[in-house]
Amino acid sequence: MKYFPLIWAGLWRKRTRTIFTMLSIVVAFLLFGLLQGINQGFNHVIRDLNVDRLYVSAKTNMTDGLPIAYADRIKTVPGVRALSHWTYFGGYFQDARNPLPAFATEPEGLFAVYRDLKIKPEYLEAMKKTRTGVLIGQSLADKYHWKIGDRIPVGTSIWTNKQGSNTWYFDVVGTFDTSSVGAGFPSFYINYAFFQEATALGGGIVHYYLVGVTDPAKATEVAKHIDALFANSTNETRTQTESELAQMQLKQIGDINFIVNAIVGAVLFTLLFLTANTMMQSVRERTSELAVLKTLGFSDTKVLVLVLIEALLLCLFAALAGLALAGSVFPMLKPIFGHFRMPMIVVSMGAGMALLLALVSGLPPAWRARQLNIVDALAGR
Amino acid sequence: MAVLVTLRNVTKSYVRGKQKVEVLHGVDLQIEAGEFLALMGPSGSGKTTTLNLIAGLDQPSSGEVVVGSNRIDKLSRGALADWRAHNIGFIFQFYNLLPVLTAEANVEVPLLLTNLSKAQRRQRVQTALQLVALADRAKHKPNELSGGQQQRVAIARAIVADPTLLVCDEPTGDLDRQNAEEIMNLLKALNRTQGKTIVMVTHDPRAAEYASRELHLDKGKLANEEVRHVA
Amino acid sequence: MKMLRQVAAVTMMNLRSMPQRFGTSLVIVIGIGGVVAVLVSVLAMSTGMIRTLENSGREDRAVILRNGSAAENGSAIPHDSARLILDSPGVKRDTEGKPIGSADTLRLLNLHRLEDDAEVAVALRGVGPQVFKLRPEMKIVAGRMFNPAVNEIIVGKAAIKQFKGVAIGDKVTTRGATWTVVGEFSTGGDSHESGLMADAETVMSSDHRTTFQSVTVLLDSPASFQKFKDSLTANPALAVDVSREREYYKHQSETISKVISVIAYVVGGIMAVGAIFGALNTMYSAVSARLMEIATLRAIGFGSTAMVVSVLVEALLLAFIGGAIGALLAWLFFNGHVVSSSTGGAASGHLIFELAVTPALIAIGIAWACSIGLLGGLFPAIRAARLPVATALRAV
Repeated sequence: MKYFPLIWAGLWRKRTRTIFTMLSIVVAFLLFGLLQGINQGFNHVIRDLNVDRLYVSAKTNMTDGLPIAYADRIKTVPGVRALSHWTYFGGYFQDARNPLPAFATEPEGLFAVYRDLKIKPEYLEAMKKTRTGVLIGQSLADKYHWKIGDRIPVGTSIWTNKQGSNTWYFDVVGTFDTSSVGAGFPSFYINYAFFQEATALGGGIVHYYLVGVTDPAKATEVAKHIDALFANSTNETRTQTESELAQMQLKQIGDINFIVNAIVGAVLFTLLFLTANTMMQSVRERTSELAVLKTLGFSDTKVLVLVLIEALLLCLFAALAGLALAGSVFPMLKPIFGHFRMPMIVVSMGAGMALLLALVSGLPPAWRARQLNIVDALAGR
Repeated sequence: MAVLVTLRNVTKSYVRGKQKVEVLHGVDLQIEAGEFLALMGPSGSGKTTTLNLIAGLDQPSSGEVVVGSNRIDKLSRGALADWRAHNIGFIFQFYNLLPVLTAEANVEVPLLLTNLSKAQRRQRVQTALQLVALADRAKHKPNELSGGQQQRVAIARAIVADPTLLVCDEPTGDLDRQNAEEIMNLLKALNRTQGKTIVMVTHDPRAAEYASRELHLDKGKLANEEVRHVA
Repeated sequence: MKMLRQVAAVTMMNLRSMPQRFGTSLVIVIGIGGVVAVLVSVLAMSTGMIRTLENSGREDRAVILRNGSAAENGSAIPHDSARLILDSPGVKRDTEGKPIGSADTLRLLNLHRLEDDAEVAVALRGVGPQVFKLRPEMKIVAGRMFNPAVNEIIVGKAAIKQFKGVAIGDKVTTRGATWTVVGEFSTGGDSHESGLMADAETVMSSDHRTTFQSVTVLLDSPASFQKFKDSLTANPALAVDVSREREYYKHQSETISKVISVIAYVVGGIMAVGAIFGALNTMYSAVSARLMEIATLRAIGFGSTAMVVSVLVEALLLAFIGGAIGALLAWLFFNGHVVSSSTGGAASGHLIFELAVTPALIAIGIAWACSIGLLGGLFPAIRAARLPVATALRAV
């Protein structure tokens, strides 16, 4: 609108001051964007998580494991589309300091449950034919430069094989694409059958059953059914959807929401002072100018609005810059969180906060400008 | 000629701390349309207060102030602001240009309060600047102009909205003799050729000579004598 | 020392006029206060965590795990190995000549937090009969000690406050059995208090597992460690890693405390940048406000060093006050605040610890505050020193 040049020029009255204030706001909203973005991102990711997958583990604690015999019974539950399992193998490559996310599994079922994990059918075939075969996630394979055909020695402190050794050898028969899942997703799979026959101790159990359901809407029903099957046995189960599992894990880390909000609150509070102070200074310096505007016929209200809009421009512009900066950082977090973009809700929260900041810090000086008495101001009183 | 401004038994007092200070003790005066009036008097005489009342920057404690057909002493603050925008052009001793704006942007400010389009505004600004012979300095900021030039920009700003009345408070107070003469000539020209009614407060007798009439104030009352200048 | 006198004089003038700049000065104090409060609070988490874990260690105790295990849950030590370890040279013996040590087994147990009902994995440690001699800091503070060969457990002091269903008399279910809580124990504020304890053999027979996860021994003296370790590594029947108990627990917390520290410093760093801009703002306007004064002083003959120092002193003073307030707030609100969190691995289960705002942290906070103040005051200080005197005097 036509008053824009007037307001914009007013902002740049003292360039350094405006720039520093803006930079502070940019930094504050960068932090806000990062923290809230991650916070909301967790919630988002959890909500978005696949509801067509269920995880069955021992009710007492996952580490207790469930009997492999349960597999046949779970398969009979209506609504179960595909079934596989994970048994933690662990182990390390060359050195205990290079732990491997190794699991024993039933590969065909696994890739049926995880439909978004892409693998070439010939690799699955090879895995079926090679007892000592291993399927490795692409990024893990790249890390250690493993290629198909390599023989990998894996050391382990838990599993002694029947030869009495703690080093197991596996042959790389295939890789799969892990871009749709974050870091930490198991990506080193050996054949459960081989593991069972080769291990000296501790066979016969799995740590997680992985269940693919035909209808996501019925997921909770299927889960209840499975748990009912094994209720009151020595190995009771607890079946959860992926999002329930993730939420549970997150909650264990602590109340992230609270921490984020506390930090953001502290930051915004301190920022409020900075901005309010800047606006106050600016108005105080412009007393005679504001008086002149009133002389020219600008009403008291108009002058109040001008100052408020100036505060708004300052805050909004800088806040959006900070949020944009935060948004550009997110693609870099891909290795940790998988696909991650700044959630829209954070942008609107940020804009809302910027608005609030502008109003609260701009209102006192704007009011002061409104109340200005022309004659006194011009006379320097 | 028609009477443009009438002050009837106007008093004005301020409260300073705990004291009530009476500045004007019953002033009566009339200004005709097209006049160039100089208000003079020692400091503290109330001449600036009188000016402020005529310009609608302040309101009397009692009495009437009539400009044109408006009883401006009865207007609300908001209405008064609006009235000023349409009727008054103000020229200050220290120019009071907005330092962040260029000369032409400064001149444009009063027009922002009107409904004119951008093109129309630009046209008026050009005309005004030409009238004060500063069209070539349109894009300069006040800190790039001399005192005399700044005052001329201020005058352009004062006339750009075609006001009924030009009000000047010590317009030459901060200028050297040469610049002061230029400014006074400009004002006189505006009065003569454009027919602008001008009320000017000054204590510079040389500036007062350009006016068509002089009034003297002392201790809040008008002196009886008035001086008329010829052509 | 003419220089010093000049500096002192100008600085005093400066400080005396500070109350006039109250509003802008508040900006630095609050801005920096915020940074330090957040920094110290977050660091208090990792400090508290480390403290609790380190308290779990004594110089004259050693922890033995299976060769190559990063933590107890990846370790398996069979009975005969445990016996060999306990009989090794360097292990202190009690008055009956029995070695003082405990072969431990570890289980994880799902319990619900009292505050938000979240389900967390808590450690249940099966210990040997010598546990009190091994851990003299351990005391039963309520109820009684469990009896071996029956399904009785005791609960740690911190755990009983955090979790549902572990009060004395409650029953706890594990894979193989149901246990009755018969007592509450304290171990001097270390990580064991976040979990439960039972008899190792009873636990192992309840779920048919036959190996221990670790062995902890009391040494004759801290100096016996090397002798002890050497004898174990030399033994071909054993494949173990031996470490001092302190180091073992320190290692456990390394990753997560590093993560927390990184977060603290990243967040704190970003906030600090913002605070620097705020400080720059304030100091620039402080200098602007005193343009006339500075120019006059310079005209009189005061040197630039005096100018620079006086501005820096003002900035530092405000920063210090801000930092102190921030640290104080962190201490007031968070020192001693109990947190329960997973330490980032299934290894040791849930840990309950107190945030610790230590003098070291406060010192870090104040150091940061002063750095910010210094950086924020530097350029304005230089400006005050470099001001072209004539222009300044004219401008005002």
